[in-house]
Amino acid sequence: MVFWRRKRQDSFSTSVLGLDKTIEELKAEEEKIEKEFSFRFARAIEKTRVSISEKLDSIFAGSKKIDETLLEELEEILISSDLGVSTTTHILESIRMKLSRGQINDLQALKTAIKEEIVHILQEASLSGVSNEESFDPKVKPYVIMVVGVNGVGKTTTIGKLAHRIKSEGNQVLICAADTFRAAANDQLKVWAERAGVSLIQQKQGTDPAAVLFDAIKSAKARNIDVLIVDTAGRLHNKSNLMAELEKMKRVAAREVEGAPHETLLVIDAVTGQNGLEQARKFLKTSNVTGIVLTKLDGTAKGGIAVSIAKELSLPIRYVGIGEKIDDLVIFDPYKYAENLFA
Amino acid sequence: MFEALSEKIKKSLGSLRAGRQLTAEQVDAALREIRIALLEADVSYKVARDFVERIRQKAEGQEIWKGLKPYEQVVKIVYDELVELMGGASSRLIFTRQIPNVVMIVGLQGSGKTTSTGKIALWLKNNQERNPVVVSTDVYRPAAREQLKIVAEAVKVPFYETDSNEPLEIARNAVRYCQQLGYDTLLIDTAGRLHIDEDLMVELEKIKAETKPIEILFVADAMTGQDAVRSAEEFHRRIGITGVILTKMDGDSRGGAALSIKAVTNQPIKFVGVGEKYDAIEPFYPDRIAQRILGMGDILTLIEEVQTKLDEEEAAKQLEKIRRSQFTLDDFREQMRQFNKLGSMSKIIDLLPEQFFGGIKPKKEDLEKIEYQMKRAAAIIDSMTRQERQNYKIIDASRKNRIAKGSGTTISEVNQLLRQYEKTLQMMSKMKRSGLLGQLTDKFMGRFGGGLPHAFPFESEDNQEDSKSFAKKLKKKKRHKKKR
Ligand SMILES: Nc1nc2c(ncn2[C@@H]2O[C@H](COP(=O)(O)OP(=O)(O)OP(=O)(O)O)[C@@H](O)[C@H]2O)c(=O)[nH]1
Ligand SMILES: Nc1nc2c(ncn2[C@@H]2O[C@H](COP(=O)(O)OP(=O)(O)OP(=O)(O)O)[C@@H](O)[C@H]2O)c(=O)[nH]1
Ligand SMILES: [Mg+2]
Ligand SMILES: [Mg+2]
Repeated sequence: MVFWRRKRQDSFSTSVLGLDKTIEELKAEEEKIEKEFSFRFARAIEKTRVSISEKLDSIFAGSKKIDETLLEELEEILISSDLGVSTTTHILESIRMKLSRGQINDLQALKTAIKEEIVHILQEASLSGVSNEESFDPKVKPYVIMVVGVNGVGKTTTIGKLAHRIKSEGNQVLICAADTFRAAANDQLKVWAERAGVSLIQQKQGTDPAAVLFDAIKSAKARNIDVLIVDTAGRLHNKSNLMAELEKMKRVAAREVEGAPHETLLVIDAVTGQNGLEQARKFLKTSNVTGIVLTKLDGTAKGGIAVSIAKELSLPIRYVGIGEKIDDLVIFDPYKYAENLFA
Repeated sequence: MFEALSEKIKKSLGSLRAGRQLTAEQVDAALREIRIALLEADVSYKVARDFVERIRQKAEGQEIWKGLKPYEQVVKIVYDELVELMGGASSRLIFTRQIPNVVMIVGLQGSGKTTSTGKIALWLKNNQERNPVVVSTDVYRPAAREQLKIVAEAVKVPFYETDSNEPLEIARNAVRYCQQLGYDTLLIDTAGRLHIDEDLMVELEKIKAETKPIEILFVADAMTGQDAVRSAEEFHRRIGITGVILTKMDGDSRGGAALSIKAVTNQPIKFVGVGEKYDAIEPFYPDRIAQRILGMGDILTLIEEVQTKLDEEEAAKQLEKIRRSQFTLDDFREQMRQFNKLGSMSKIIDLLPEQFFGGIKPKKEDLEKIEYQMKRAAAIIDSMTRQERQNYKIIDASRKNRIAKGSGTTISEVNQLLRQYEKTLQMMSKMKRSGLLGQLTDKFMGRFGGGLPHAFPFESEDNQEDSKSFAKKLKKKKRHKKKR
């Protein structure tokens, strides 16, 4: 799986990854890295799942059939993963139907059915035609990614990680510091830009974020930058003035670069409960969100609200944050995610 | 988005006539809706289940409130139970004489610790007359310490800086710094951490052992979902939190995590964060969050209606009671006498725990002032006729003039006393209405006399007032005097 569009096939030979390596060698290396990432992804979201699986097993071992107690246990698992009442009910209804048709007879089949249901929801969302880098002409430069979300979810950290990975695939990356509100937001982003080895456009606190963005785009064009990543201040979706500020930034981007912002990532913290759906609705409405980044999945929270968001709003989950280090960002994998709900 | 809970309950209970006892099936149907409402508000699955079970027990065989429709009854039980569970509002931090009193701020990543540290520093400075210093032990997140430094500048409290990059050492040095310079409060901002991060949880344990904090506040995001129980429980198990700050309540989340956290830690929610600015912090009101969890924008009016209905009955009863046993100015005087028998006020106050005064003991001069005022008050009452003492309402201008002359005081002092007496009357009936408070008051009044509460900071029921310290109030009085 490619993390992000490669700039050019031949960019490998000149990229920092290795002047001395063939494309095949680099591909193999990349695969290895991906494997390692997906392993870490699985491990990160595995932590507390063992007990759940054991519990289900013991209930089934007791009654040897799928009864109400077992279904109730299942309901608890889904609700406790923050899937919400509506999505949980939806999944359980389809399970009951399959049960009544005799399509499910044992615990294993039951688990499989639920996983399939969740994978189905997640795949529908990513198939529903939301844009990513593949849908744009590579000649359009810079490719603008805006990162939005409520306060403290991990936007700035995600941008550091994202810049690092997109850069390591041979792209010229520039970061725009459009959070001009939060204390030390600039300092924080500066550290991340340094870690990722990319440049940063920032202005002093209190500057109009749209003006910083305008500046950054101009600079990106002048430097022939491939990807411009825009950090925005955390804002609660029910504050209309702050949401209007995002709209203004979007207008500036659109005016300066064809089709920009090409991608708008909504960052959702895995601990978020049912309010996440309302967040997604509002951000979708004002800033055309194209995908979700689910952060902090290395904790015990399962981020089920992202499944509900995918289901209700057809928004795909693109990346997953699994830690605070620069390479703690991986591509979302629906199968592994569903798998690990029970582990 | 969601149908209001009251509507759902109404539907599930059908159109039963008022005053009927609820059947088990009806209760069941209503409970199902309540459970869903709680889950949609992010109350943890298990906590919601236990809650509903408690409601079932309360609802079955519930005495019927006259005039209430069955669904109103259920809503009221749910609401009351929720308020009670969330209760124990206490937005004051309790301090001792120790220098410094350490407050640790802990929680998951991005929950709002650093911002809240600044908010609390400002709050303590403005409302509890503390002299705080803030320090950050977050050596991990980029620009974490710079952030707190900027916050500290904004709220104008000292920020302790050191070259050390070792959290425990930073905390230790900060404590020493406060000791040397006599700062009475040290707020320690810590790095965000996952409750399953063994190394970092051990770090917190060490900081705690080293600095012996008087308060450990767990900062939780109001948007948190089902995981709230796990993180809160684990933080509590490891370091024993003493209170919760619920942040980002200016959003539109239902805040059910608050109930989960309260349920698993049994520690009070002390503050709520309602914005990114540093004064966007408020005391916690259990009734507000109860309404919010139940999604009751509209239910609020219903509850109010219900409440007035109940209150009317209650008020009628109360009136009767008061009519039967009047608390007259004679009683007022008698309680003062009893109080005087106990000895000098400063002695009594020395016997009371510091918590009684929210950490600030009244000064000796202040107490002498009160004693002086009480003597004047006694003289005023002694100058009244028996009739006047039985029914203060007959005291008109000319009577006031006579009383003032007789007691060697001024008319305005007479007025002040009457106002105070009137307030006491109001407060007594208010307190008697609520069970627990009533009991407390009885105890208190029995011991110290009913006229006194007004001299103390706990006179007011709402926190806003409460937060103005006793000392401040006295100062105001003094200034007033001088002007005259
Ligand atoms: N464990 C873990 N922590 C994360 C992850 N992503 C971010 N964090 C932490 O979450 C906290 C908040 O991250 P930020 O990147 O500052 O969040 P933000 O959305 O930019 O915050 P604001 O700009 O204030 O709205 C920091 O302590 C990060 O280190 C993750 O995937 N896992
Ligand atoms: N709207 C709103 N935002 C808040 C509130 N409290 C904190 N924030 C915001 O939440 C974000 C994170 O706040 P911080 O104080 O940096 O959180 P933290 O817990 O110190 O984060 P880490 O140190 O990275 O773990 C910032 O954007 C704050 O402005 C609040 O009550 N309301
Ligand atoms: Mg940020
Ligand atoms: Mg912090």
